[in-house]
Parts: sequence; structure tokens; C-alpha cells
Amino acid sequence: MEINRFLFEILPYLAEGIPVTMQLTLLSFALGLALGSVLAAARVFGSKPVSVVSRAYIEFFRGTPLLVQIFFIYFGLPALGIRLDAFWAAIVAIGFNSASYQAEILRSAIKSIPEEQYLAAESLGMSTVQTYRFIIFPQAIRVATPALVNEFVALIKYTSLASIIGVAELFRRTEYMVSYTFRPEIYLLSAAIYLAICLPTSQFSKMLESKYAIPGYRRALV
Amino acid sequence: MSSELLSIRGLKAGYGSVEVLRGIDLDVVRGEKIVILGPSGSGKSTLLKCIPYLVRPWSGEIRVDGLVVKSDPATLRSVRVSTGFVFQQYNLFPHMTIIRNVALPLELNRGMSRREAEKTALSVLTLLGLGDLAGKYPLELSGGQQQRAAIARALAIDPKLLLLDEPTSALDPELRYEVVETLYQVAKQGRSMLIVTHELDFAEAAADRVVFIDEGLIVEEGDARDVLERPRKERTERFLRRLRSRVGEPHSSN
Repeated sequence: MEINRFLFEILPYLAEGIPVTMQLTLLSFALGLALGSVLAAARVFGSKPVSVVSRAYIEFFRGTPLLVQIFFIYFGLPALGIRLDAFWAAIVAIGFNSASYQAEILRSAIKSIPEEQYLAAESLGMSTVQTYRFIIFPQAIRVATPALVNEFVALIKYTSLASIIGVAELFRRTEYMVSYTFRPEIYLLSAAIYLAICLPTSQFSKMLESKYAIPGYRRALV
Repeated sequence: MSSELLSIRGLKAGYGSVEVLRGIDLDVVRGEKIVILGPSGSGKSTLLKCIPYLVRPWSGEIRVDGLVVKSDPATLRSVRVSTGFVFQQYNLFPHMTIIRNVALPLELNRGMSRREAEKTALSVLTLLGLGDLAGKYPLELSGGQQQRAAIARALAIDPKLLLLDEPTSALDPELRYEVVETLYQVAKQGRSMLIVTHELDFAEAAADRVVFIDEGLIVEEGDARDVLERPRKERTERFLRRLRSRVGEPHSSN
């Protein structure tokens, strides 16, 4: 393929999909985090029935294909009178799906804080709310961060599934270009763009981890 | 107005279906320093944890400074603020600097501003020789330093009674010394203390009374020197002999 066509036609066309991919990722991650926090709270603090409902949600969304969920929300919900355009349907589907994973990440992070930390907080007269606010959550969020960033990176890639309902994100544009030019090597180019987005995100995560790492923690584990 | 700071009557407690404490009666007079001795599994740590309800007793009554301990939040807070607790594994909050560890409870319980709380915290830390470490994080310190910081944290809220659960047992012998020194220092200030420990020298030098517990019951109690040197019960005597003969574990702090 001539370099000019590549530089001035194909690449810009694909690049226009990048902001859409990022919007899908950010919004569905945020939705997943908000809903995931509620689900995690329901499992950690909720009464038995509340916890069971949360568990059921998590098992359902983890146990069924994201593609099916996207199809259901885009094509199935209108039958129930809920109509979302493709962009928002993708965000809702990916966000609801991610919520189940994020809930488990948050729940296990909270559970990973040793019982002794609760005892120490109690012994100092802290209420349950104060114990979670000052002692448990600040530690749990540090435990959860690497896994949450993993989830974010996974979402960057999962958003490519939104192409199937017509959202003009990176992969939709890739497919269009391939069928338009009959040049399957464009898939490689697309993969390279995904990689170029994901790698800095992982790097950023490492930065975040070391910035908020508990000093001495690594040494203490050795 | 009784002079009893702590009174325990008929205390029973346990875990699951296992009864660990089988009826404990114990009084602590203001200013008194009591060392609790006993083999592992005898229930001494459970006894200590029952006082501020870190372990909920099955039955019996505990009074701290006249207040009957109950599980409503207001009573619990008030009891826990008047009893400082030092854990075997220090249990500092690893995500906070040492000074924050000490200051936070002051902000939450004494209504101090952050600045006031940190000032008080720093003075307590300095008193225990930890002033230089105020800005460090717990896991950056040695075990001995962490335990002294934990003692500072418990002292800062100015509890009437300090409860210490084997404060030196998790430490290597060479680190015990500094913690024992700190214990002496605290004991000299006249605060009431209830200490579970195997540091016999400390018991002999600093304790007013020694209580020996076995199988969830108080076997023997009395003046520290009497119990340590002339135990009346055979079980106490056997325990002390075993403790003194342990190889490679100096109980001496001098």
C-alpha cells in the first residue's frame, strides 16, 4: 500500500475511532465502578437476602457472554420499551458486565484486610463507620488498584465488541477500512493502536501503585 | 465510690462451642499493675480482650471505672477510650505514618483538631523516644519500634487502664529489651496496667500483683514476689520452672 494513502487516508480514518473507544471505556468503567461498589457493599454489609441478590447479579453477568448482553440490551430492551442508541447500549452492557468483576475485586480487597486491623480500630474507640472510613477502605483501595487497572485495560479491548451493533469505534472503522481496501494488514495496524493505548495505561497503573504503595510493605512481605 | 478501676465477676467466654474462660473474678485497684501469667491456651489473652469487648463474653459482669460494659456504641466507646490496648502483633495501621497512627484516635475521641492531636501525639512519641520516627510508616520500623509506637498510640488517649497482650512475644530476643524498657517507663508513671507477659523479671520488678491462670480459671494470685518465688500451687510452680528453663530465651532485661 502506498505510504501516502496509508498516512493520509487509512490512519486518520482509524484514528477517529480512538476517542470513541476511549469514551466507551471510561464511561463503562465508571458505570462499572459505581455499580460494582454498590454490589460489593451489598455483599460485605448487606443482610442475607441483599447479599444473595448481589451474588446472583454477579454470577449472571460473569457467567454469560458479554456479546449476548450487548445484543440483549440493544435489540432486546426495546421490546420492553427501553430504547438506547448503540453508543449508550454498549456502555450500559459493558458497564453492567464490568460491575460484576469490579464488585468482586472490591469485595475481596475489603476481605483481605486482616481482622487485627478491625480489632485495633475498635480498641481505640472507633465506630464501625470510622473503622471502615479511616482504616479499612484506605487499605482496601490500595489492594484493589492493580486489579481495577487490569479491568480497565480489559475494557479498552472489550469495547471493540460495540462494533457489532454499529458504534463507530476503532474496530468498526478497522473493519470498514479492510472491506473498503481489501487490505487485511489493516487489522495489524488496528492491533498496534490498541496496544499503544493499553501499554501506557499499564505504565500509569504501575506509577499509581508505587505512589500510593504503603511504605515498607514489600519489605515486610519478604 | 469504690477504688476499684476494674472489676470482673463470673466472666465466661469462648469461641464457637469451646469455653475458654470458665468463671473469672478479678479486681484492679487504681494505680495497680498486674501481670497475668499462664500457659498458652489458658485464656489470658481472651480475658484481656473481653474487657473492652474485643471479644464478647458469654456471661458475667465487667465494670470499668464503675461503668458496666455493654455492647451499645456509646458505652463501648467510653470503655474503650478509658482502656488502652496493646496487641501482641502491634497492629499499627500500615497506611498511616506513626504520628497519624497516634493522632487519629485523639481527633476521633477527644475532639482535637489535627494540629492539636499531632502535637499531643508527638509529645507522647518523644517521651517514649520515638520522636524521630514520627514521620515514618509502621512497616519501615523494626518490630520493637513498632510495638513501642503501638504503646504510644494506646497511651495517647490517656486511658485509665492499659491492657497489654504479650507485648514482647512476637519480638526477637534482642528487640524485647527496648520494649521492656518502655514498659518499665510506663509502669513508673503510675498508670494502672494489666499485662499478659512471660517477662518474669518485669513482673518481679514492676508488678504489684501476679495472677496465674490455667484452663480458664485463676489458679493463684497474690503479691508478685510471693507468687513468683514461693508459689503455693503446684501448677504455678511447674509453669514457672518451665518458663525459667527455656533455653535461648532470656527473660532478663538487664
